[in-house]
Amino acid sequence: MEKRVIFRSAWLPYVLLLPQITITVMFFFWPAAQAVYYSFQLQDAFGMSSQFVWFENYLTLFRDSHYLSSFRVTAFFSVLVATSGILISLVLATMADSVVRGALAYKTFLIWPYAVAPAVAGVLWAFIFAPSIGIVTYFLKKFGIDWNWIINSEQAMLLVVVASVWKQISYNFLFFLAGLQSIPKSLLEAAAIDGAGPFRRFWTIVFPLLSPTTFFLLVMNIIYSFFDTFGVIDATTEGGPGDATKILVYKVYYDGVKAADLGGSSAQSVILMAIVITLTVIQFRYIERRVQY
Amino acid sequence: MVENRPVRDFLAHAVLIAGVILVAFPLWVTFVASTLTFEQIVAVPMPLWPGDHFLDNYRQVLTAGSEKGSSAPVSTMLVNSLIMALSIAIGKITISILSAFAIVYFRFPGRSFFFWSVFVTLMLPVEVRIIPTFKVAADLGILDSHVGLAMPLIASATATFLFRQFFMTIPDELAEAARMDGAGPIRFFIDVVLPLSKTHMAALFVILFIYGWNQYLWPLLITTSESMYTVVIGIKRMIAGGDASNEWHLIMATAMLALLPPALVVILMQKWFVKGLVETEK
Amino acid sequence: MTRKSLLAAFLAAAFATTAQAQTEIQWWHSMGGALGDKVNDLANKFNASQSAYKVVPSYKGSYPESMTAAIAAYRAGNAPHILQVFEVGTATMMAGKGAVVPVYKLMKDADEPFDPKAYIGPVSGYYSDSQGNMLSFPFNSSTVVFYINHDAYKKAGLDPAKPPKTWKEFNAAAEKLKAAGQQCVYTTGWPSWMHIENFSAWHNVPIGTKENGMAGMDTVFQVNSPLHVRHVAMLGDMAKKGLLTYAGRRNQAEAKFASGECAMLTSSTGAQANIRRTAKFGWSVNMIPYHDDVKGAPQNSIIGGASLWVMGGKTNNAYKGVARFFAFLSKPEVQMDWHVSTGYVPITKAAYDLTRKSGFYDKNPGADIAIKQLMNKPPTANSKGLRFGNFVQGREVIEEEMEAVIMGKKEAKPAMDEAVRRGNEILRKFQAANKG
Repeated sequence: MEKRVIFRSAWLPYVLLLPQITITVMFFFWPAAQAVYYSFQLQDAFGMSSQFVWFENYLTLFRDSHYLSSFRVTAFFSVLVATSGILISLVLATMADSVVRGALAYKTFLIWPYAVAPAVAGVLWAFIFAPSIGIVTYFLKKFGIDWNWIINSEQAMLLVVVASVWKQISYNFLFFLAGLQSIPKSLLEAAAIDGAGPFRRFWTIVFPLLSPTTFFLLVMNIIYSFFDTFGVIDATTEGGPGDATKILVYKVYYDGVKAADLGGSSAQSVILMAIVITLTVIQFRYIERRVQY
Repeated sequence: MVENRPVRDFLAHAVLIAGVILVAFPLWVTFVASTLTFEQIVAVPMPLWPGDHFLDNYRQVLTAGSEKGSSAPVSTMLVNSLIMALSIAIGKITISILSAFAIVYFRFPGRSFFFWSVFVTLMLPVEVRIIPTFKVAADLGILDSHVGLAMPLIASATATFLFRQFFMTIPDELAEAARMDGAGPIRFFIDVVLPLSKTHMAALFVILFIYGWNQYLWPLLITTSESMYTVVIGIKRMIAGGDASNEWHLIMATAMLALLPPALVVILMQKWFVKGLVETEK
Repeated sequence: MTRKSLLAAFLAAAFATTAQAQTEIQWWHSMGGALGDKVNDLANKFNASQSAYKVVPSYKGSYPESMTAAIAAYRAGNAPHILQVFEVGTATMMAGKGAVVPVYKLMKDADEPFDPKAYIGPVSGYYSDSQGNMLSFPFNSSTVVFYINHDAYKKAGLDPAKPPKTWKEFNAAAEKLKAAGQQCVYTTGWPSWMHIENFSAWHNVPIGTKENGMAGMDTVFQVNSPLHVRHVAMLGDMAKKGLLTYAGRRNQAEAKFASGECAMLTSSTGAQANIRRTAKFGWSVNMIPYHDDVKGAPQNSIIGGASLWVMGGKTNNAYKGVARFFAFLSKPEVQMDWHVSTGYVPITKAAYDLTRKSGFYDKNPGADIAIKQLMNKPPTANSKGLRFGNFVQGREVIEEEMEAVIMGKKEAKPAMDEAVRRGNEILRKFQAANKG
């Protein structure tokens, strides 16, 4: 796509681009390059001495079973967050699309969690699930469930998943709702006349038509669970117990900031960057394809 | 349609109401806790109906912060959050609309290079380059300042894309007419492009305001003095010890104050919000 | 007046004020709430006592947070003059040669009186180099003690006046409490600090080679010794029997004791203030239990808490001010005031004697248990402290493995072997990064 009508100026476009490019270079490219550079170095905490160690930091990482387990934790966590978030929102959006009365009210009451910061969402859920004073903990105890995510790794994982999904439902919901509303009603009516029940109609017509949205949401939810959930985890489990909820981005932060291991943390950053780039390329290809529809 | 409409409607409403309750439950508990005393919360189970310490708790956090952890007043934090959210939103919109205008309405050497270099930034969330970015901020001497809070987060590929996409749909005739009237690019930008972009700017503003308000990792790292804390960081700083020794009544009051402004923005500007969300991400 | 002379007058006035202005001394600390008020109080008293210097304390979040902030600030060239660093950060600070100014040197250069021998053994030992030079200024020290709930003891038919002294007696008491229907029998704060670090010192066994790392960076962990494994296995066993309720890596356990939920607690002396405020039952502070079949036990416990480090790159004048401030903090009456009002242990012998003479311990029985425990015997190479590089990470590794045992996921032996292996990797990395 190109504009037919354009303006001519030797300097104006550069001036217009300058602020964006300056900030991009200063806060994106330069730091990214630095991360790559640091990842080959071994430094003490104060930066008083540094040595070039080639791939030592990377090799150490891949020898470390706990780094590898952080991959497993991240994969498990993001699959849980993405699938449960998408399923719940799909159900809610389908219902919201089908009701005639109160649709706007439901929408309003379902979308506000989007506005809650991940860290605040974490604090909220940590509070109601707090091991000794939480209100939900209290009710769980009545059902004979001993809830203590401080020590139980499955429960800790469940807690961060619940808090992350809760915050993301509104996002998924809006996209599904928009997707559902764009499906021609005549299509559904024709199927109904042919005798297809609501579930058949959903599986044979609605779901396939929603698949681009679903795929898009899958990618977005995975990116969300990779990065944006940092706040949720830092405000609740801080990666524990053990390293049961230490996802990759949390480990980057922990090693780099709390443990002052600049080289190791940077190597992890570089690996994470590679992962994000892959994800973005997948998403971009997919967008390209959809544009051609 | 042929099937039993009332039953389906009932089911749909039931599911939706269950969803709304589930989504609202943490908010309700938070609100209730923010109106109780510490002793009431710690006495398990805490009541699920608001108490009468609403004013006390909110006055305490707004003017004096928490008692055990940080004693910075939350009102200062709210101002910091507001400054950060507004500068990020306005900054991003400004630099993006300018660069999108340059990319769409001009041909110049390096155009696609610039375009792609902006695009690549999509791939680097602040979390993965956090430490070197911190170092850059330190070198620039903008740690612990409002500039430092906002500036590194201003560059945005998504906003640039949205504007680019939108400018493509502006009829060429408008630019043609402007040129025939002898208007230069700057006149055209101010008289035609800006007014036409208003809806998009409003929609983006809502999304970016929330993005800015909710920032966590970056402010956590670069703010060290209490007078620079944003409210999201303030909450984290109040959580000090074990779960029964935290001053939950004050933490929950702060949490309410932290989530109300963006939630109100979402609810009151719902139309722009939905538009902004669905369009920026596509 | 011409414009020039006006300017000159203005400049002269400006210089005059700067010459008179006090030298500001930045002090970053991690003392929140009431402790923070006390820190401000100390600074105000010092500032009022002289006019040349002004100490400005600021609260920078938790220990790891303020240390991180200071390291980053140092790299960016605007570190504070004084930084409060928790005990596990000692090795990192010490390795930052040039980034910090050793306290003994600071005091000597400024001609301020300073006697390391004034401090009790486990305190001066912890913060001195192998030649006995004090590198940082001891500030707030604590240790682990053993709390019991008298009401729960009486209910279980136990005599609170005779608290268990050994782990054997402890287990017997725990069984009785459990049998009497006590839901949470025992809980502990700071698992590694209590059950590995202090445990080792208390039993006079090493945590690592090279005098727990104090004699060199080429140290390796030894926390997989038969005694350590046996103790960790005991904890796992207690958890399985429902005698130990794990509460987390920090002080979360203290609240469980203070609320009456748990009958016994091992945690920091610092818990007393909170327990005194919230507990609705009789309780007492006791020495931590030991295994009576270990020769020489009990030895002495080690400290936790924090010390004040002086950051490098400041003016001589500022350092003079820091030295004068430290001299002020060393006064026995200042020390006693800090000890009595905060609950931290007295760190100088003079302050301890002064407090004893004041009758404070008679009025507050148990307040001197901590110092008695620290001074139980003169410290040995195993019990004067520890100095492991990146011990923030090292401690986490130990705790992760202990948690695995307490959760019943691992046996004690493989868990502690793994803790040693992973811990040593961290040590080697630290050693490599700091050799230059």
